[in-house]
Amino acid sequence: MSAPTTTPAPGRPVPLQPEPRRRGRRRSFGGGGPLVYAVAALVVVVTVAPVAYAFLGGFRSNAQLAADPVGLPSPWVVDNYVAVLTSASFWRYTLNSTLVALITTVVVSVLGVMAAYPLARYRFKGREALALVFTLGLLFPLTVAIIPLFLLVRDLQLTNTVWGVALPQAAFALPLTVVILRPFLAALPKELEEAAAIDGASRIGFFWRVLLPLSGPGLVTVGVLAFVASWNAYLLPLLVLSDPASQTLPLGVASFSTQYAQDTAGVLAFTSLAMIPALVFFLAMQRRIVNGLQGAVKG
Amino acid sequence: MTPRPTGADVAASPRGAAGAADRPDRSAAPARPSGGGRRRSSSRLSARTRTRLEIAFFTGPALVLLGLFIVVPVLQAVRYSVFDWNGLGPLDDFVGLDNYARALGDTVFTGAVVNNFVIIALSIAIQLPLGLAIALLLNRDIRGRGFLRVVIFMPYVLAEVVAGVVWVLLLQPNGLVDAVVEGVGLGGLTQLWLGDPDIALGTVMVVLTWKYLGLAVILFLAGLQGVPEDVYEAAQLDGASWWQVQRRVTIPLLGPTIRTWGFLSMIGSLQLFDMVWILTGGGPANSTVTMAIYLINQGTERGLYGYASAVAVLLFVISLVLAVLYQTFVLRRDNEVAPKPRRAAR
Repeated sequence: MSAPTTTPAPGRPVPLQPEPRRRGRRRSFGGGGPLVYAVAALVVVVTVAPVAYAFLGGFRSNAQLAADPVGLPSPWVVDNYVAVLTSASFWRYTLNSTLVALITTVVVSVLGVMAAYPLARYRFKGREALALVFTLGLLFPLTVAIIPLFLLVRDLQLTNTVWGVALPQAAFALPLTVVILRPFLAALPKELEEAAAIDGASRIGFFWRVLLPLSGPGLVTVGVLAFVASWNAYLLPLLVLSDPASQTLPLGVASFSTQYAQDTAGVLAFTSLAMIPALVFFLAMQRRIVNGLQGAVKG
Repeated sequence: MTPRPTGADVAASPRGAAGAADRPDRSAAPARPSGGGRRRSSSRLSARTRTRLEIAFFTGPALVLLGLFIVVPVLQAVRYSVFDWNGLGPLDDFVGLDNYARALGDTVFTGAVVNNFVIIALSIAIQLPLGLAIALLLNRDIRGRGFLRVVIFMPYVLAEVVAGVVWVLLLQPNGLVDAVVEGVGLGGLTQLWLGDPDIALGTVMVVLTWKYLGLAVILFLAGLQGVPEDVYEAAQLDGASWWQVQRRVTIPLLGPTIRTWGFLSMIGSLQLFDMVWILTGGGPANSTVTMAIYLINQGTERGLYGYASAVAVLLFVISLVLAVLYQTFVLRRDNEVAPKPRRAAR
């Protein structure tokens, strides 16, 4: 979810408090009649069908797919999946994607929380101006800067390296991260600082020993958002990673699908396997992702 | 690992860090008067200076990254845009505003701008009612609500490329989409979904709806949770039907959420690249080309870096103007524009 996920939320930051949401309280109005369930079922089918088609199609042969595009696998063929899982390129793409996403996430989280700390908890002249720098960063999407960025990465000799993708991605993820983290850090009680000062901790000591552990939930949220955005990113890797050995999973999927265009079943297997890490990560983190997006948008 | 800070920050950060490290914890009461310290480190640095150094230490790395990879490239784009330049060699062929004039005179570019606007309008026209309907549905007390929520949001998390490749296969002749269309007895309506210039943009819209509807639903659901329960109770007591309550109470209360989602959707549509690049590459016959696709085609594909930079600047200006107009005329009522952290009064 490259562009729109990281799309700047308009400038109203919202504290990402762990939500004390009352669940299931809307029992009063409208349960489910048959019509409601029918609509829900239709929505689920339309949403899931393409993904299910890809997974099941990967278990079919090209002859089966040609004979009947809708049918279930008969017999089930595992060759396509085996071929992908035993190919070195698939694992290389996965490894590259993982590296890029991890570096992006770590850089964004560390620099983001560091920058958000004084903006949230120091009083100094020019604080709002400094905060505005980050907020304004939201206005510049990667697409606008892509050409000079590509040339800059080339001049820094970072073409075909994970850093050439991870660092620019981290930079473009920073504004949203700071905008989300700042109110989160500001919402932690003031007494913490006073207690730490009485115990003799410096403000930097306070940051390391008190604030960082407490900002865990906020950090996980921004980290997950940055990770997913990086994992799915296409435009910047497309320009920066021209060497197949350095390419990430989205680039791998795209090139596999053009290279083996005739092998529909193989493409479906490759694509399905490429989806799995994102789906697993999403299922594990879905509450975080959802809360993060909601927190970035609503009050 | 992270780029080293430059200039003033380089000086500031290590000293800020060292200052913290060699200072025993006890000496660090925040508001200490400058002359009062007996220790050398604190007498050298007044409290104010130390605060400054700390601020530089904490924000410096982020600002450097921001400067290097956002500010510099954006300024460079503006600079390149007034040159005729192939990305190599000296930047010496100054052409003034020619690149801009050429872009605005190119029907492919103006077509791309129109396509972007069509995508913005259709995204909102399609996803708003659909997303609202599904969110209202999910807000009812039905079984499997949590499951539904996860399922509907799933496409949003998949990579555009991955989803796009699957859809290309679904939409190919004799693919699943054709089979379904024939299955419901509309066999005569099967098309070259992505190959016919007249309908390719429509097909792209269908895929975009599938991909991004989940975001609308999730955001609307969050907004719905902010609608107080007693509003429903009061309306129920007054004998309002479910639909009346939704139309007169819930949807108006959802206003701010809807307007914010509209903003996100608009900005996303303006930047649209990945999905269209995979589905059609901008074709057939440029019928689905977007500004970002045009930009990449001219830039890295054809090596016209100066010209592509002018296109990037135009894309930015168009986005900025739309964003400002939206803020002014749509979001104004929600008091959204404040850059300061502000608790929303709801």
